[in-house]
Formats: sequence, structure tokens, C-alpha cells
Amino acid sequence: MMLSQTLPALQVVLPLVAAPLCLFLRPPKLAWLFAMAVGTATLATAIALIIQVQHTGPIHYEMGGWAAPWGIEYVIDPLDSLILGLVSGIAWLVLVYAGPSVEAEIHRDQIPAFYVLFLLCLTGLLGMVATGDVFNLFVFLEVSSLSTYALVAMGRDPRALTSAYRYLILGSLGATFYVIGIGLLYMMTGTLNMEDLARRIPEVADTRTVAVAIAFLAVGLALKLALFPLHKWLPGAYTHAPSAVTAFLAATATKVAIYVLVRIFFTVLGPIDAFQTLPAAISETQVVAVLAMLAMLSGSAVAVFQTNVKRLLAYSSIAQVGTMMLGISMVSVTGMTAGLVHMVNHALIKGTLFMALGAVALRVGSVRLEHLDGIGYRMPVTFAAFLVGAFSLIGVPMTAGFISKFILVRGALEDGHWLMAAAVVVSSLLAIVYVWRILEVAYMRSPPATAPRVREAPLVMLAPLWLLALGNLYFGLDTTYSVGLAQDAADYILTYMPGEGPPGEHPGLGPGARPAVPSSGGAH
Amino acid sequence: MLETVLGLYNYWIVIILMMAGFYTVIARGNLAKKVIGLNIFQTSMFLMYITMGAVESGTAPIVAEGATLYTNPLPSVLILTAIVVGVATTALGLALAVRIREAYGTLEEDDLRVLEDRQDTLRDTAATQDGEQPVSP
Repeated sequence: MMLSQTLPALQVVLPLVAAPLCLFLRPPKLAWLFAMAVGTATLATAIALIIQVQHTGPIHYEMGGWAAPWGIEYVIDPLDSLILGLVSGIAWLVLVYAGPSVEAEIHRDQIPAFYVLFLLCLTGLLGMVATGDVFNLFVFLEVSSLSTYALVAMGRDPRALTSAYRYLILGSLGATFYVIGIGLLYMMTGTLNMEDLARRIPEVADTRTVAVAIAFLAVGLALKLALFPLHKWLPGAYTHAPSAVTAFLAATATKVAIYVLVRIFFTVLGPIDAFQTLPAAISETQVVAVLAMLAMLSGSAVAVFQTNVKRLLAYSSIAQVGTMMLGISMVSVTGMTAGLVHMVNHALIKGTLFMALGAVALRVGSVRLEHLDGIGYRMPVTFAAFLVGAFSLIGVPMTAGFISKFILVRGALEDGHWLMAAAVVVSSLLAIVYVWRILEVAYMRSPPATAPRVREAPLVMLAPLWLLALGNLYFGLDTTYSVGLAQDAADYILTYMPGEGPPGEHPGLGPGARPAVPSSGGAH
Repeated sequence: MLETVLGLYNYWIVIILMMAGFYTVIARGNLAKKVIGLNIFQTSMFLMYITMGAVESGTAPIVAEGATLYTNPLPSVLILTAIVVGVATTALGLALAVRIREAYGTLEEDDLRVLEDRQDTLRDTAATQDGEQPVSP
């Protein structure tokens, strides 16, 4: 088999196999270099996949040579390739950045373990995106979640432990809800393959079992992606995790969970319009749109009152997740494009901001507002990058954040959702308030006279930070790649139709595969 | 009616376990008990899968003489994977509970919240007294 044909498997297997090898590299520098090499190879694979998908359309890869509904299949379609590129790109940047930051924040003996967990987390995230099997997705979900809990717990502060614990409890509940939903779908259709499920679901669409499955899936995934009011785990986890972990999590973990929601509700359950039939909360809009708006407003409002900048940005993340979900909940090509573009742009924004904060934490030792007086003059290069990210977060024109908010408002107005457009504007105004609080401290106040001189962060941290910051500017001017890819993905996902099934007997319909009613089944 | 209650008894067991576990996770303040609740919750999900794979008078899916009706093996296999995940989650949850106990001296969530709040204020005053300190490696 040619190398290019095995790319979908390689994308996931490479970091998975490489991860445990980090344990044998005791010197922190060596483990870092090795993880960085793996990250580079993973990114190269993702880029090759993006190009391949653009040329040949969706790629199907049969794991172990077992044909689709029987074996596990990996499918890379335009949406997958977009998210794979995003996750592996951010992972690479964070891996470059991690070296000095991790050495300062994590005990020396634990550093190889840190890279093991980081690569496992990456494996899980990539696997969730690449796989075409709903149960396989659960396994990858847990691979990434379990490593994330451990990564969060590596923070210096003892509160990292309690945050990780709360994240573990809520995350496991969410994952279990997801599996219950999958189990109920399997009960009715006898299949776990996504395409096959999409093919078989219309037959059983009106049963109560499928309705319950949809409810379990929606709640479970909303927990994982921190949709208001199921966001309780997020602020603690982001605040107390090591800086590099926060940057990686904020930029990728919730995004992949949103991707899974889109995948499940628009392709697997797409043929029965499951998303549109979620219970209506206000006439004409669904419950997701209402929750998304509440998230945008409450997240931004709470962020205004935070004194720890990391926690402030964590609450802002909750608001931004709301923004993405609002776009998706419009179920129009423009809305979906806005949601997906904002996934990419928000990854750039929060990546920049949290990386800059990590650099500040490295040199100043604190990211609380009262310790950041005049930080814009003490670490000018680092904080200029923060400034770019902050402008992008507000949505100043010429930045990436503006593009996604612009498309989102346009999508809302296209369908006459005035309330949604207003929510976006109000949330942006609140963003100005909380961003201003940071910038005021950083630029309007002079550094305290007693403050020791601090150096800029080392170059390996500044380089990825500035790459992301420049990405914010670049994608604010040239939208060919971000909006173009997102629009392809949105078109693909909203018009998704499962292909013809394979000939022959279906695996799920053999004797004993329709067990929905147990022992009493014969009596009916 | 009776058939709904007795005929589907296995599903009733699943539902009762699921709710008991879920309630324990949410309502109990003790971190170890929360993990136990999570376990019960996950076990109900295991049972749900296994019970849906079972076929009345079906045998184990091994080709043998006289056997024509087999139980669906796939859900059991899936649950083997889910059990492994569950064990890993439990181990990690309990490990974190041990570390929390070492750091705070308690496993009760209410006490932890008080201690965490106190830590917030302590840290603030300490930081203003000592000024900013570089991170110790």
C-alpha cells in the first residue's frame, strides 16, 4: 500500500505509538525535542490529508482491511480535514512553545510523563475527528479526556487537583451519556458505522428509543463542549492547568467536542433532522440557540468581574463556545460557516492569549490583574501579541475575530433572527469591557517602582506566540483558507447524504441482532 | 401493564442503577463516594449494552452442534472496552482524591470549597506583601 493511502491511519497511530516512547527520554530537553518531531510529522500528515481531500473528495480507510459496516472505518471529509489541520497545527505550535514553560511549571521528574499525556491527548482528539465509527469515537474521546484530566492535575497550585477532579466527574458523566445514546441507536439500527447509521436511521426515526438517544447524545456532548449551563468544569480547569496545557485545551478540546456534535447531529442523524427537532424553547428557535445566547451573555458578563486573567479568559471561552453554537444552531450554510470559521479563529485567538499569559507567568510568576501593572512596558514584545489577540477577541476589523462575527451576524440577519444578531453585538460590547480592564492595567499604569526587571520570554515561546498572533491578522485579511475551507465543510455537512450500502446481508440484521425487546420479545 | 413492569425487568434494573449512580454523583459531597456513584452509573450502561445483546434461548456465539440461535457478541465486546475505560477513570479519580486529601486534609466538598476560598484570599495578601516573585522551578 502506498504511503499516501495510509495517511488517515497514520494521522492517529503516529502520536499514539510515539507517546509512550517519551517515557524513556529522561532529560526534559530530549523528551521535548522528540515530542516536537512527532508533532511536526503529525502536522505534515494533516496537511497532506487536506490537499488529498481537496483533490479527490472524502477518503475512506478500512482499518485492518475489514469492509465498512463490519470493520472500523476512518473517513476524512472536508469538515474532518479542516479540524485535523486545526488540531495538529495548534498542537505543533504548543509543543514548540511548551519547552521552557513546562520546565518552569512542572516538576522535572514529571516532564517526560507530561509529553506522553500531551501526545495521547492529541491522539484522542485526532482520532475523534478521523474515525467513522461512533463507538470508536467514544474510545478516542476517553483517551483524550483521561489524559486531559491528568494534564490539568499537573498544575502547581493544589486547586489544580480539585479542578481536575471536577472535570473528571463531569467529563465522565458526559462521555457515559454519549455511550448510552449510542447504545440506544445501536438497539434500533444494529450498526455503529456513521454512514450506515445515517442510512438506517430514517426507518426508525419516529420511535421513542431514538428520541431518548438524541436527548442523551445532546446532553452528553453539551457537557463535553461546555455549553451553558453545563460549563462548570471549564473555568477551574483552564485557570489552574499548566500554561501550555491551557493554551492547547482552550484552542482544541472544546472545538473537537463541537465537531463531534456537528458530526453526530448533521451526518449521523442528519437524514432525520434531529437537530431541528430538539425541543423548541422559543418559537422558531431551538433550545440550542437559546442556550448559546445565554452562554454568550452570561460568560461575558461573569468575565468582566474576574481578577485572575486566566479565569477571565476561561469565562470568555464559555461565551465564545456560545457564539460557535449560535452559528451552528441557525442550520443555514452561512450560519454553519460562521460557526466553523469561529472554531478556527477562536483557536487562534485563545491560543495567542493563553500563550502570552504563559510567557507572563514564566517571567512575572502571576497572571492576576493586580500584578500586571504596566506589563505592556515590562514585556513589550509578549504583550503586543496579547494585544493583537485581544483585539481579535473583541472583533476589531482586520482581525480574524471580526470575520467570524461578521459572517455570523450576516447569517442571523439573512434568516431574520434579530435577537441573535443583537446577542452577538451585546456580547462583543461586554468583551470590550473585560478586555479593556486588562489593557488598562497593562498599558495605562506604570510598573511599580519596586518591581524587578523582567526579561522577555525566550525565543522558542515568542516564535509560536507571534505566529498565532500574525495568524489572527492574516486570517482577518485573507479568508481564502479559513472561510473557504469552512464553507466547503458547511456545504458538505448540510447536504450530506449517506452513500449506497454494501451488497449482501447486513451485519446488524442477522439472527439475534434485533434484540430491542428482551426476554419477553416472543410474546408480543 | 404487568408486562411492561415484569417483562422488561432488565431495563428497569438499568434505569434504577443509572438514577442511583447519577444521584450519588450529584448529591454526595464526599469525593470517594462520588467516584463510587460514577461507577454505578457506568455499570448501568454496561448492563444496558449486555442486555440488548442477549437473545432469548440464544447460546454463546460459538459454532457448536445443535445450536442455531446465538447471542449477539458485539455489545459484550464493546463493553469490555468500556469497562477498561471505566477502570482507568476510577483509578484516576481515586488517585486525584488521594492527592487532594494530601493537599487539603479532607475529602468533603463543602470543606474543600471553604479551604479553596481561604487560599484565594491568603494568596492575595501574601502576594501583595512579598511583591512579585519569579516562578521557582
